[in-house]
Amino acid sequence: MASKYSNITFQGFRRENGRVGVRNHVIILPVDDISNAACEAVANNVKGTMAIPHAYGRLQFGEDLETHFRTIIGTGANPNIHSVVVIGIEPEWTKRIADGIRTTGKEVAEFSIEQKGDFETIRAASWAAKDFVHKATEIQREECSIAELWVSTKCGESDTTTGLGSCPTVGNMYDKLLPEGITGFFGETSEITGAEHICQKRAINEEVGERWYKMWKAYQDDVIFAHQTDDLSDSQPTKGNILGGLTTIEEKALGNLEKIGRTSRYIDILEPAEQPSSGDGLYFMDSSSAAAECVTLMAAGGAVIHTFPTGQGNVVGNPIVPVIKITANPRTVRTMGEHVDVDVSGILRREQTIDEAGDELIEMIRRTANGRNTAAEALGHREFSMTKLYRSA
Amino acid sequence: MSNPAPNEIPHLLVHEEADNVGVVVVEGLTAGTDMLCCITHDNSTFRLTAGDDVPIGHKIALADLKDGGTAIKYGEDIGKIIADIPQGAHVHTHNCKTKRW
Repeated sequence: MASKYSNITFQGFRRENGRVGVRNHVIILPVDDISNAACEAVANNVKGTMAIPHAYGRLQFGEDLETHFRTIIGTGANPNIHSVVVIGIEPEWTKRIADGIRTTGKEVAEFSIEQKGDFETIRAASWAAKDFVHKATEIQREECSIAELWVSTKCGESDTTTGLGSCPTVGNMYDKLLPEGITGFFGETSEITGAEHICQKRAINEEVGERWYKMWKAYQDDVIFAHQTDDLSDSQPTKGNILGGLTTIEEKALGNLEKIGRTSRYIDILEPAEQPSSGDGLYFMDSSSAAAECVTLMAAGGAVIHTFPTGQGNVVGNPIVPVIKITANPRTVRTMGEHVDVDVSGILRREQTIDEAGDELIEMIRRTANGRNTAAEALGHREFSMTKLYRSA
Repeated sequence: MSNPAPNEIPHLLVHEEADNVGVVVVEGLTAGTDMLCCITHDNSTFRLTAGDDVPIGHKIALADLKDGGTAIKYGEDIGKIIADIPQGAHVHTHNCKTKRW
């Protein structure tokens, strides 16, 4: 059914696989930690490229290694990326990652350092990067439908104002745009604790809800309870949350869940960094609640814009996905205004309704999709954090 | 129920009618303030006197809460009350605790 949101369009980059990006990055992507230096050297040689250094990629195994591969391949495959130079220490894993990204149809050049050294690798990779920059800067944005956007959410430095204002604003946006055909992501498995009975019921059907509950329970048993050394009151809620007035994990979780609105239902569950394959709709991604890790995983899953409600003022960004910050806390607007993209503190003063705030966020999503840099982009926040499941071999 | 003055900004917001705590949404709230309180669910208002200086974002008891009782917010259980809390007083980690860990 047509609504006032059906005809929203924006100028995006249509990729070879049909997906639409809102940025046009050429990235220099390390397979592993020891290839960071070469990637950074290439990005320094060739302006208009961006290296994405990270901490892992050696001697990982099993599910931890699969999560690593999914995250790196998904990052390169994201539609905000025009083309990718992949550099790894040895050729096999490097090729695996390059080939994984190539399934999107985009251009990938791969280089390995062994038996060449940094100098020779950097020389060859710089030529490839320069060629990609010329190509990327010649392609034009074209008109795309709002339905083609993949939008993720995760909140941070939450306080009681997130549950009153910024999270319901994101929820209102999802309630309006999911019916138009966007794809959405939410997650933060451990932070649903305290509201898991409610989250389970927000599944599209009982089968999905039961799978969700099993996933949540496994996180509780295998991660939280397996490693806790005391009760978790020192970590959840966080010190920042408590300063902001949140007292318990239940209270925090209920505020967190406001991000999926009143009517939205999730249609499937994703592994960390997994790309959705069940069609348009809202997905729950099993993910850490740490801001940079979570945004990194959702970007690898294919989200092109991230909406980030904050109370006390989180400053996180991401190298490939614009992160839109929303806050309802007037003190945060006053003291950390340079990080705020959408000020919904009017909700607290009853000057603005959630419906109006939702429309304001949708307008900021449209402008960001058109190319407006977010506060995090302007301030150079490019946090890229791999999720590590357990110790390496 | 009371009639707030035109354009009066609420001091305290309450999610649902069933809640027994509300959230301070102004900076620098001092004990003794005659607070305008608003239930966001239906926009109804009432007044309550603040019993403590309470920072923005922190909670206030809407009724006398008994040790061993349950704090209700969003119409849901958010934890157990671990000390008697008089109406109007600050509710936080010193008198309310998770039931999870």
